[in-house]
Amino acid sequence: MSDTGATVAVTDDSFSDDVLASATPVLVDFWATWCGPCKMIAPVLEELATEKAGELTVAKLDVDANPGTARDFQVVSIPTLILFKNGAPVKRIVGTKGKAALLRELADHV
Amino acid sequence: MTSTPTIHDVIIIGSGPAGYTAAVYAARAQLKPLVFEGVAFGGALMTTTEVENYPGFKEGITGPELMEEMREQALRFGADLRMEDVDEVSLEGPVKTVTVGDETYAAHSVILAMGAAARHLGVPGEEERIGTGVSTCATCDGFFFRDQDIAVIGGGDSAMEEATFLTRFARSVTLIHRRDEFRASKIMLERAKANEKITILTNTAVTQVEGEPKVTGLRLRDVITGEESKLAVTGVFVAIGHDPRSELVRGQVELDDEGYVAVKDRTTSTSIDGVFAAGDLVDHTYRQAVTAAGSGCSAAIDAERWLADHE
Repeated sequence: MSDTGATVAVTDDSFSDDVLASATPVLVDFWATWCGPCKMIAPVLEELATEKAGELTVAKLDVDANPGTARDFQVVSIPTLILFKNGAPVKRIVGTKGKAALLRELADHV
Repeated sequence: MTSTPTIHDVIIIGSGPAGYTAAVYAARAQLKPLVFEGVAFGGALMTTTEVENYPGFKEGITGPELMEEMREQALRFGADLRMEDVDEVSLEGPVKTVTVGDETYAAHSVILAMGAAARHLGVPGEEERIGTGVSTCATCDGFFFRDQDIAVIGGGDSAMEEATFLTRFARSVTLIHRRDEFRASKIMLERAKANEKITILTNTAVTQVEGEPKVTGLRLRDVITGEESKLAVTGVFVAIGHDPRSELVRGQVELDDEGYVAVKDRTTSTSIDGVFAAGDLVDHTYRQAVTAAGSGCSAAIDAERWLADHE
């Protein structure tokens, strides 16, 4: 994994090791440089990553460079956030959310 | 609830071209504006592709880039920008308050620039397929529809711009519009009509979005004959206009019948003394980035003069 602040960058190649095999839950942000709303949610994800360090990993996957994973999980809108637990997707959130709303949506799982 | 003893000169709510321009002007007037940008900072332009009609950018600029420029410009002059949504306002009286979570902020004047929110079709199957084929952002999602057949709904400039943009990716784009007249500007409409990948269906209403769970098609109705039909598409981009985001101030400042904040004559003054409004929140006529920026400037100047008169 490579670091980009409190969040980590994952790729098609590293996805299996970094996300699916992770012992802690991983929230994956599917994003791209051309996506305005992805920029909106980025600072919220950084905060979340800092606050939940140890119990939740927040990962970012650039769909442009890594189209395979986006295809595998049928992502056709960004930003899409998918929470993975024990190798399986357990929650999917589409679109920009504030921190409070995001925490509410994740509350059952994290 | 904790309240800070500081009373700001001006609080700006919103962050599109109107909010940021108001912030630039207010900051340069030494008013130290506190700006609540919202979690969806940047406003409607954050989901816009190319902006070709904003003066000064002769080659065009993307919506997000334009907003980034404005945001940086506001920061440069010392505007205090917060990426937070406002929960509540109290606008009557000489000291107005703005509540964000557990914090309450006070100000002598407030500039409202919350903009407008994209309208949805409101047909069965739409809401639950956002993210599986229904999209509200062509720039974000066009990439995922390479070599596929998709539809754009709407008849204004946004719909034309999105349809044209999406032909970069899609195999075909069907532009579906309820009427046979277009609100779009001539240049945008002509460009769409001239594009071989775009088919235009007029007098056609979408009645349902189908797919389990991925979008597979639309049910359509001819609004003249009532005839029903189906269109196989995997992507649906909705661009049918916006509604003013005036919920926050409803019951306080005067709104018009459509929910836009009412302003006095050619000013940005609302029905409440010391409260000003600008941008798409006010404007149901022009709704351009440049008119929003212009009215944001007016609001800052109106607020500055009002503050000087009430010192």
